[in-house]
Amino acid sequence: MELEKIKKKMRSGPVLFSEYKLGEGVKKALQLGRENILFELKDSGLKGRGGAGFPTATKWMLSGASLSDKKFIVCNADEGEPGTFKDRVLLLEYPELVFEGMIIGGYTIGAKEGILYLRGEYEYILKSLEDFLEMLRKDKLLGNNILGNENFSFNITIRLGSGAYVCGEETALIESLEGYRGEPRNRPPYPVNTGYLGHPTVVNNVETLASVPHIILKGGEWFKKHGTDKSTGSKLFSVSGDCDKPGVYELPWGTSIAELLKVVEAKNTKAVQVGGASGICLPKSQFNRVLGYEDAATGGSIIVFNESRNMLKVLKNFMEFFVEESCGQCTPCRIGNIKLLEAIEKIENNDFTFSYINNLKELGRTMQLASKCGLGQSSPNSFISILENFKDEIFGLNGKGKNNG
Amino acid sequence: MLVLEKNALSEEIESLVNQFGKERSALLQILQAIQRKHKHISDFAQQEVARMMEIHPVEVNSVVSFYSFLCTQPKGRNIVRLCQTISCDMAGKEKVEETVQRELGIKFGQTTKDKRITLEFTNCLGMCDQGPAMLVNEKVYTKLDPETAINILNEIK
Amino acid sequence: MVKRENERIPVSQQAHVVDKPKDLTNIGGTVSVQINEKKITVPLGTTILEACQLNQIHIPTLCHHPDLCIAGVCRVCVVEVEKMRTLQTACSFPIMSPIKIKTSTEMVRKARRHIIDLLLSEHYGECYSCFRNGNCELQNLAKEYGVDNYTFGHVQSPRYEVDNSSAAVVRDMNKCVLCKRCVRTCIDFQEVGVLEAIDRGHDTHVGTFLDKPLADVVCINCGQCINRCPTAALRANDPSDEIWTAIDDPKKHVVIQTAPSPRAAIGEEFGQEPGKSFTGELNTALRRIGFDRVFDTNFTADLTIMEEGTELLTRLKKALVDKDQSVKLPQFTSCSPGWVKYIEHFYPEYLDYLSTAKSPQQMFGALIKTFYAKEENIDPADIVTVALMPCAAKKFECNRPEMYDSGFKDVDYGLTTREMAKMIREAGIYLPEMPKSQFDDPFGDASGAGLIFGATGGVMEAALRTAYELITGREVPFENLIIEPCRGFEGVKQASVKLENCVEQYKFLEGVELKFVVAHGTANAKIVMEMLKNGELNDVHFVEVMACPGGCLGGGGQPIPTSAEIRKKRAEAIYEEEATLPIRKSHENTHVTYLYEKFLTDGPCGKLSHKLLHTHYVKRGKYIS
Ligand SMILES: Cc1cc2nc3c(=O)[nH]c(=O)nc-3n(C[C@H](O)[C@H](O)[C@H](O)COP(=O)(O)O)c2cc1C
Ligand code: SF4
Ligand code: SF4
Ligand code: SF4
Ligand code: SF4
Ligand code: FES
Ligand code: FES
Repeated sequence: MELEKIKKKMRSGPVLFSEYKLGEGVKKALQLGRENILFELKDSGLKGRGGAGFPTATKWMLSGASLSDKKFIVCNADEGEPGTFKDRVLLLEYPELVFEGMIIGGYTIGAKEGILYLRGEYEYILKSLEDFLEMLRKDKLLGNNILGNENFSFNITIRLGSGAYVCGEETALIESLEGYRGEPRNRPPYPVNTGYLGHPTVVNNVETLASVPHIILKGGEWFKKHGTDKSTGSKLFSVSGDCDKPGVYELPWGTSIAELLKVVEAKNTKAVQVGGASGICLPKSQFNRVLGYEDAATGGSIIVFNESRNMLKVLKNFMEFFVEESCGQCTPCRIGNIKLLEAIEKIENNDFTFSYINNLKELGRTMQLASKCGLGQSSPNSFISILENFKDEIFGLNGKGKNNG
Repeated sequence: MLVLEKNALSEEIESLVNQFGKERSALLQILQAIQRKHKHISDFAQQEVARMMEIHPVEVNSVVSFYSFLCTQPKGRNIVRLCQTISCDMAGKEKVEETVQRELGIKFGQTTKDKRITLEFTNCLGMCDQGPAMLVNEKVYTKLDPETAINILNEIK
Repeated sequence: MVKRENERIPVSQQAHVVDKPKDLTNIGGTVSVQINEKKITVPLGTTILEACQLNQIHIPTLCHHPDLCIAGVCRVCVVEVEKMRTLQTACSFPIMSPIKIKTSTEMVRKARRHIIDLLLSEHYGECYSCFRNGNCELQNLAKEYGVDNYTFGHVQSPRYEVDNSSAAVVRDMNKCVLCKRCVRTCIDFQEVGVLEAIDRGHDTHVGTFLDKPLADVVCINCGQCINRCPTAALRANDPSDEIWTAIDDPKKHVVIQTAPSPRAAIGEEFGQEPGKSFTGELNTALRRIGFDRVFDTNFTADLTIMEEGTELLTRLKKALVDKDQSVKLPQFTSCSPGWVKYIEHFYPEYLDYLSTAKSPQQMFGALIKTFYAKEENIDPADIVTVALMPCAAKKFECNRPEMYDSGFKDVDYGLTTREMAKMIREAGIYLPEMPKSQFDDPFGDASGAGLIFGATGGVMEAALRTAYELITGREVPFENLIIEPCRGFEGVKQASVKLENCVEQYKFLEGVELKFVVAHGTANAKIVMEMLKNGELNDVHFVEVMACPGGCLGGGGQPIPTSAEIRKKRAEAIYEEEATLPIRKSHENTHVTYLYEKFLTDGPCGKLSHKLLHTHYVKRGKYIS
């Protein structure tokens, strides 16, 4: 515990990494009541931190409005996007925020059960989380009649994943919880109406939930002061790759890429991948773009590449990831990704025509539009953006393609 | 498989089913428990799970084959999973890979003759700021270089 | 769509199925939508696909099937829905609010074309050497979208080995488009549970338990998966080459028996609307092809009624008069080989409930190589018996080691309706234009009771007509002999008739309420078996089970496509034909009487009939080694 306190001290930030005392969020929430919680949340403008950016207040309201007597709140701790590790930091160092967020969520929507879906790779965190839950129970923050409130009982269980990136997709996660293959469902119906075992279910990212106690405590107005109009508050960025100080940083939304690069002491940067393998790759000329839902959106993954990196190889690594991690149920994604990978191999071997490459970019567009879930809808992002933004490097130097004079 | 072993396994699965429940939503937890203990879920185990949960064996097989951390064939006592995703790749995963293969005399995807170690690749472990990273069973090791990786592997039984 | 009563939807798919209230006008649940330029009103929860179909707007589909729950995986049915970021699948999208839909914008067409291109790029197979040529949904899509080149390349070598292990079903996963219709058929519709998606990502494929050969798993050979597969990835094991060889061999005496269901459906293979029987035309066509004799399986259906009915009466007597506790009642029918294998796998401890009577197909085989051979003075070794069946499981049945009671292989080949149609086409014959002709003697034309075996409830109806009359000396108390409770497509039907004023021999049945249950499709069979297990069938006497939905007319060897509507039409064809026949009770079939007089002289369930017409079963169990 000592060590963790020291670790914690090293972090600082406007919202998540600011001072917080265990239990205060829940206490305040129970005082405020459901209506006011939703009001503050709405006022704060908090949007999902898991990638999709759906307004959290709306999600809670939708499932809160449902009359079902059984509801669930699920914390999505499947953090699998390449280059993302901020949820791990929250779970290890700020579990109180995450769990209190779940408790407040449960109170607000009328759920009695919360489930934290922890990716199998993080099994080593399980013990400390279980211990923490035990402590919360002792402190009456969890269990029957929370903080003496007769009308509110809530429990949290932790369930492990087993190594499948797609299970981070909320409906795949629900399938996985139900004991099936992690294959995303058709939508509509949405989980807020028909989720786990058919009951209304709110699925939120770890970071989203961790923001909630702070918002409840200090108000939506306070939260909004950070960030931009469309992207309120701050964001945890997981920075890795070619920089001297990789790690998790809490910065307000609206920070530009260039500013971020300065903070992490990146030198000779050629490119930045924003949003992990499913995100987009920006060249130097676009480093003035700002991080936020309105511009360069991201679930927090920032991967930095310096001048020495071969962008085609980077792209290949991403596409190999998707070929393996696609759930394989729908055509555009199951076959589309392998076609994009094949194209990369053809470019490597200088065995392609530009019309072929254009066909594949169009295919990428179809995958974005017609895939069943976010995985297939975003896996072509890096393909399209890297081939576009680094075409000189990729096509200029090592040839022009076989049949292109 | 000996009858005795079969009976023991059946009993074990039965107690797991009692512990986690017979509902379909318990399936993954039961499979994870079997995998943790036996390092694989044998065809017999899959059928026993199916029988006790009243689902079809092929459904169990389908689930097992979907998840990277579940498998049907026996593996080594220790499973070493080296991250192959981009940040670790850039941080020197290849060197670790080569050294480890040379040292153990097996390729990734294989198991040492003494069944001590199975080498596998995995995707991003959420340790990208401290790459290269690897999992040894459920424990994570970071900032590997060839030397530390070998030391870690030599430590494990 | 006919819903099975106890339809089970897997939990994973419950969310995908929108509950539609039965009476939509009651709750005022309608919503207006705009599809392309057209404004329409539909019941709340109607899918976009349904709405389009009702309005003559064609949407391509591949993974959708009217018999199965929604999958939404192929993505060829995508349409544009205004204000939505991505395209939506018409088959899965329930209309819950007023929306604007566009079904053929450039975006939509391009996406569909790409998806088809992707499927084709991995499709290893050539249409001209493929049994689905001309009746393949993938081929149709390619045509519809004018595919004239392989935009994304094309596989050069097979990825999967063809699984030829099963006597009934061949799996060639190189032609699979992963629509999972077979999975949904086998797990949800039939509840056998042989097939599922295995592995993940690009490695995903449809497989069996541990990818074992089909012959080694619990497949009951019903062939329902074949009927719902959009491509040739699943097909029946086709013996037509061997049959041609036999026909071409002058030494061989090749006889064929035809079952009623193929006759009521084969027209579909020649472009005819479902719902018309081609019995007479088929007889002529078969002779032209070169079959030496054409017999009617209904003859042995009548015989089955005599044997199975006698067996039932014997069991009843033992139970009621002798108070024999070991007698197993209700007696289950045994004419559906898929059902037989199902019970062998899943309820082996209940095998004694099955009638020991063979199926009509196998009875016929055994008689042809004994009685017929003797009558006609032909060496049975030179006889080749072919059975035209609606069924894939019949192929497995005729290969069972128990089926050599004549001293030879009783039935040499089971041929499906589809394969028969192919042979007819190959012979240059256009079936619908054939003149009609009769069946051959010595078996002649059978009774209508045998004919209705093709529809679910038919065996029961036929059995009741005979049993009731034998027991009471009067015709069944139903107008025109139509026993309504036996008809229709409800999953599990139950009914009873009271036996009064019995003839002397059957006085012990006086006042007994003869209760019977009818089930079709193994999912419903499972329900019945669970009822049996729970003691809910204690007062039931006779149970008819057919493995295929709708009975044999929905068999796994029948023309593709299939749907509840098509099966209904086929049933109508059968019942219509039956109503016109002069003899409609099995015991009045004079050829059957002749057989008992001349050959099976110790009567139904006698010694010889036990040897030739009855069989035993194998306890297979579920365990796959
Ligand atoms: C392929 C895929 C993987 C995803 N992985 C995660 C994940 O690991 N963690 C997460 O919180 N959200 C993930 N998401 C987003 C979730 O589907 C969902 O939008 C999110 O959990 C909602 O929470 P939020 O509103 O708090 O962001 C993923 C989405 C896709 C399509
Ligand atoms: S897009 Fe990919 S991951 Fe998503 S459902 Fe389709 S195949 Fe599965
Ligand atoms: S399955 Fe269809 S597309 Fe494939 S080869 Fe046969 S007819 Fe052609
Ligand atoms: S033949 Fe019947 S039992 Fe066999 S796989 Fe097909 S649907 Fe399943
Ligand atoms: S075998 Fe046929 S029905 Fe089954 S998934 Fe493949 S194409 Fe579809
Ligand atoms: S890339 Fe290796 S841990 Fe993330
Ligand atoms: S038919 Fe709609 S997705 Fe396949």
